Amino acid sequence: MAQIICEDVVLGYEGKVVVKGLNFSVFCGDYLCIVGENGSGKTTLMKALLKLKAPVSGQILTGDGLKSYEIGYLPQQTTVQKDFPASVEEIVLSGCLNRCGWRPFYKKEERQIAEDNMNKLGIGRLAKRCYRELSGGQQQRVLLARALCATRKMLLLDEPVAGLDPVVTVEMYELITRLNKEDGITIIMVSHDITAAVRYASHILHIGYEPLFFGVKADYLNSDVGRSFMAVMGGAVQ
Amino acid sequence: MIDIIDELALYFQYPFVRYAMIVGVLIALCSSLLGVTLVLKHFSFIGDGLSHVAFGAMAVATVLSLTNDMVLILPVTLVSAILLLCSGQNARIKGDAAIAMISVGALAIGYLVMNVFSTSANITGDVCSTLFGSTSILTLTKTEVWLCVGLSVVVIAVFILFYNKIFAVTFDEKFAMATGSKAKIYNLLIAVIIALIIVLAMNLVGALLISALVIFPALSAMRVYKSFKSVVICSAVVSVVCAMLGMLVSTVAGTPVGSTIVVVDMVAFAMFCGIGMFAGGVRA
Repeated sequence: MAQIICEDVVLGYEGKVVVKGLNFSVFCGDYLCIVGENGSGKTTLMKALLKLKAPVSGQILTGDGLKSYEIGYLPQQTTVQKDFPASVEEIVLSGCLNRCGWRPFYKKEERQIAEDNMNKLGIGRLAKRCYRELSGGQQQRVLLARALCATRKMLLLDEPVAGLDPVVTVEMYELITRLNKEDGITIIMVSHDITAAVRYASHILHIGYEPLFFGVKADYLNSDVGRSFMAVMGGAVQ
Repeated sequence: MIDIIDELALYFQYPFVRYAMIVGVLIALCSSLLGVTLVLKHFSFIGDGLSHVAFGAMAVATVLSLTNDMVLILPVTLVSAILLLCSGQNARIKGDAAIAMISVGALAIGYLVMNVFSTSANITGDVCSTLFGSTSILTLTKTEVWLCVGLSVVVIAVFILFYNKIFAVTFDEKFAMATGSKAKIYNLLIAVIIALIIVLAMNLVGALLISALVIFPALSAMRVYKSFKSVVICSAVVSVVCAMLGMLVSTVAGTPVGSTIVVVDMVAFAMFCGIGMFAGGVRA
């Protein structure tokens, strides 16, 4: 059974339809990359998957034991966060909040989860450092560790490499692939970077284009939309 | 120096001075706790806006000659706070514009109502004391002091119990919502507490100067400290110390209480800026 099923989903805001006819399923262990031009509705789809925004019509179902709040989320950085006085530890720990319910404070095991995730992503030694003094790549790791505290099943990444330099970008992609392969975490990633999408992802969803494409990577590369998009983006892929 | 201490000792023999001191310290403490969240959420002006609303409500209450003006001021301020803080991103008129609109509107209506309907002989004096703080802090009754103590305890307890949630909602509201936290409820809670603090603080520093109590301690603490917890603690300490100093100075020098406290807060801010630049920030 699929973790996420979209059936005839139509998305939009303020009465305007942005994407329609979305039909796809995500299974445990998939690595789905959502691509498309600016304004094609990638972010809107993301919000709908996170239940932050209801679809205009159709439905988004969760299954396979995945509850809707078990989706870890790596948002794009907001301006608020760039100047926020908080230690790495405090931020990562805040990912455990959904385990608390109405309990006011964190338990020892939650602190342990936070610590484990920091070590896993190689930011354990930064625990006491201030978030705003870290480099872009380190900040992304902090937010990724927080997302891992919220879930063990699925990660939703919104442009995870935006603003990172090329070396750090590759590191970030490799980290995500490792989480997917070694820990079996389902990945859904929104990206501009078509080259990386076809290199790392197992499935591609191309939106903002009629007809929409959803399928495995190999089919995408052989489809019309895939070929024309690759040509435009200048992606050289084996 | 000895003279000043003697003079203060003399003042502290009067219960109303002690009451004023207790209430002042509590208000300073409460407002600084929430200040950190408001500053970080870019809502620094909310204190200002809400206090103008409270001023408008107070003017109406005076004209209606309500014996207990809290009956009107508290609900009106509460509703405005909830509207401002919880309308969030989807509102047609966004954050700063909404606050500016409500704040100026309430101020104008308050002054208009007072001028047209007031029976008082000294309208200018009335308006001035509500805006810049009056001597009412020195005429508090025992009941009012207990009310203030009670409300402060509630505010502090709520803040401590919801500390982790307030942090999460302040740092990243969307993430909190996406991972199943009831961010809307926490925002509502923050709005309610802010409204309570504003209404309380009107007695101390007056409507125009409340936002100073809210933002200065938080900004000072953020110059030096770098984790959320240390910023909150530091801003609480700074706020209490400044409020006490301000009240002592104003008692001895006979200056207006509200503006003296704000000036002390400004001096503290300047000092913290200096420390921040000099130390390049303390690891905390």
